[in-house]
Amino acid sequence: MDRNRLQHQVACMRRSLFDQGYLDEPFIQLEELQDDANPNFVQEIVTLFYTNSARLIQNIEHALNSRPIDFNKLDDHMHQFKGSSSSIGAKKVTNECTVFRDYCSAENAEGCSRSFQQVKQEYAILRRKLEVYLQMVRQAAVSQTA
Amino acid sequence: MNSSIGKAYMSTASSSAGRKAGDAAAAAAAAADQFPAGLRVLVVDDDPTCLMILEKMLRTCLYEVTKCNRAETALSMLRENKNGFDVVISDVHMPDMDGFKLLEHIGLEMDLPVIMMSADDGKHVVMKGVTHGACDYLIKPVRIEALKNIWQHVVRKRKNEWKDFEQSGSVEEGDRQLKQSEDADYSSSANEGNWKSSKRRKDDEDETDERDDTSSLKKPRVVWSVELHQQFVAAVNQLGIDKAVPKKILELMNVPGLTRENVASHLQKYRLYLRRLSGVSQHPGNLNNSFMSPQEATFGPLSSLSGLDLQTLAATGQLPAQSLVTLQSSGLGRPTGKSGIPMPLIDQRNIFSFENPKLRFGEGQQQHVNNNKQMNLLHGIPTTMEPKQLAGLHHGAQSMGNMNMQVASHGSQSSQNNPLLMQMAQPQARGQMLNDSSLGHAPRLLSPMGQPMLSNGIAANVPTRNGIQENIRAPSYNPVPQTSSMLNFPMNHASELPGNSYPLGSTPGISSLTPKVAFREDVNSDIKGSVGFLPSYDIFNDLDHHKPQNWELQNVGMTFDASQHSNSLQGNLNHAQSVLVQQGFSSGQMNGQNRSATVVSKTMFSSGDSTGHVNAQNGNQPLNSLLVDGTVRVKSETPTNLYPDDFGQEDLMSALLKQQDVIAPAEHEFDFDGYSLDNIPV
Repeated sequence: MDRNRLQHQVACMRRSLFDQGYLDEPFIQLEELQDDANPNFVQEIVTLFYTNSARLIQNIEHALNSRPIDFNKLDDHMHQFKGSSSSIGAKKVTNECTVFRDYCSAENAEGCSRSFQQVKQEYAILRRKLEVYLQMVRQAAVSQTA
Repeated sequence: MNSSIGKAYMSTASSSAGRKAGDAAAAAAAAADQFPAGLRVLVVDDDPTCLMILEKMLRTCLYEVTKCNRAETALSMLRENKNGFDVVISDVHMPDMDGFKLLEHIGLEMDLPVIMMSADDGKHVVMKGVTHGACDYLIKPVRIEALKNIWQHVVRKRKNEWKDFEQSGSVEEGDRQLKQSEDADYSSSANEGNWKSSKRRKDDEDETDERDDTSSLKKPRVVWSVELHQQFVAAVNQLGIDKAVPKKILELMNVPGLTRENVASHLQKYRLYLRRLSGVSQHPGNLNNSFMSPQEATFGPLSSLSGLDLQTLAATGQLPAQSLVTLQSSGLGRPTGKSGIPMPLIDQRNIFSFENPKLRFGEGQQQHVNNNKQMNLLHGIPTTMEPKQLAGLHHGAQSMGNMNMQVASHGSQSSQNNPLLMQMAQPQARGQMLNDSSLGHAPRLLSPMGQPMLSNGIAANVPTRNGIQENIRAPSYNPVPQTSSMLNFPMNHASELPGNSYPLGSTPGISSLTPKVAFREDVNSDIKGSVGFLPSYDIFNDLDHHKPQNWELQNVGMTFDASQHSNSLQGNLNHAQSVLVQQGFSSGQMNGQNRSATVVSKTMFSSGDSTGHVNAQNGNQPLNSLLVDGTVRVKSETPTNLYPDDFGQEDLMSALLKQQDVIAPAEHEFDFDGYSLDNIPV
């Protein structure tokens, strides 16, 4: 019962993450890659994503704060971050990255700044949700083995 | 982070490499059985998240994965273990090296299929992938489905190489191919259908056993590796070409296991090659007609080749300066004097291709691979040298490299527009787009007459698809130099190769081009430099690494008329130098881009390593193919092995004959920076 409920909760949350556009197809690919050989694959990838993102976000901050702004470099960093987030299916984050890159190519510092805030915000939201979700997944898995 | 990751990577790499080295044979055999399982993939991406995901996906596909987060590390891994991988997947944007640069390096040095990937799906970037020779381009986020089929690029490449090898042996087939392709419309898309059907036909006709039996080695042949050929040439030069008899050569070479017969047949081919280089115009009349005559086609990238060929010829000293000039001035298609510049260059390349990396999966078509390599060379080098290129050749540098690159890369692009190019770009070289690109460019260059050179029936189908080099059944397409500077490269060797055996799809024209010498008038001066390019291309990929070197081709009996080739391209021929020398290159002028047009057989010398980091498969690349001028960097899309593994004697011969023009320009790895591919109208 408990397990079923947990599983049900997991399923619901998962569906809402997709429905609300936080996650996209690539995330499903990650889930499908998880197997007995790599039972925590999704978690590992997501953790790696966090670590990498922290670094990239810092780079972007730094580039945004430098004067004069090197838009090429800025775009480079954001391109990396975008690639990273798209690889795990972080849909909203990726979309915000695109907006940022548009401003970047227009060399609109103000626009970049604003959209970067959006990027960070979406990233923070996603991270929170994912952490909750994955924890639930773990609990459900544990309860399964119990 | 990089270092730590690098270390981690290295350990992974080394372990896998060690493993590979350890049971190479067993692994190969096993792999063949379970193919594509066990495909050895090297994935390069600076993003750790992506890298890990890709690794997992590839493992799920049952591939053997090595991951790497730095391009430089990837390159050294590849260099250390040339035959350790079957395919490379690389991201475009990387901090330490541009993905396209890595792509070039790999193409030149190892001639492996490379798949690019990027979150960027802009047409421009994808096009770049094509022009640089990527055999595929994946948009991130990459789905596992996209990875499941990457083995096709490996197979295709090998198949093309094998086919080239086989093809070289059959002129008739080449003719047939040509005919088929000829009928085809030259537009790439239209051609595609034809190409496909003709290819299929050919496949059905010829390849059944080859296809079915990828794991068995065809009759064993002596593999004329780069080193071996270099030794051979050294011995021949030492004895004097007239006095060089197999017995003495054998003694001088002192290679255990080599028989007098091996040497004799190799010598025969070499002699033919030299004769060809000397520009004997065997079918003077053909020049005029050959240009568009389908049968003779088999011209690979004519345009570029011509320039190169001429150079090569000159380099070999066989082609007197005047002839060179004459050739050049006559332009393509004009049988001025020495229209007979045979494609020996190309052939040479084929013949003296380097050992190809053993076919994995037990395919015993190494030789083919080698052949391919050669082809690739050619096709990689857009023979169609645009005027710019020619100029570049001349003056070194820029254009050639760029052009080639451009051409190559644009091959595919252009192919659509330029059927000619397509043809040229055939070299299957790596089944890369590169081939296509060369083709694409070719037309541009060549079209002196304003007609598509696709005379050779090269189905201009240059498939712009991923590396479908096959289309380029290269019959020799005569690169019609568009602008004056067209390569004088005698594209139509009408003379020798009747049927340009169409190389397995790969290099059009290169492999089995019946070189029709089509000299364009306009191309005169420009081509000078390029003339005489031998298929050997130097693998200098990185101009930056080049130290300007004047090739001091000492040994070569041939004297390359450096003045003609005023390319500033400098070949770093270090290793190649000796070989080149043999070719008779007088480095002289090559300065500028330090690109040595060494015979590129697969192993391209990375320019940076002139000291010897020759990644040639066999070590030194015999520059038999006569790098025309150092600058010509043959970017072997197709494995430009000068020494195809197991290249049968007869095959070599025919390949030689056929190759003629293909050589050159196929892959000039010229500094493509100068040349903006974007300019190439696609």
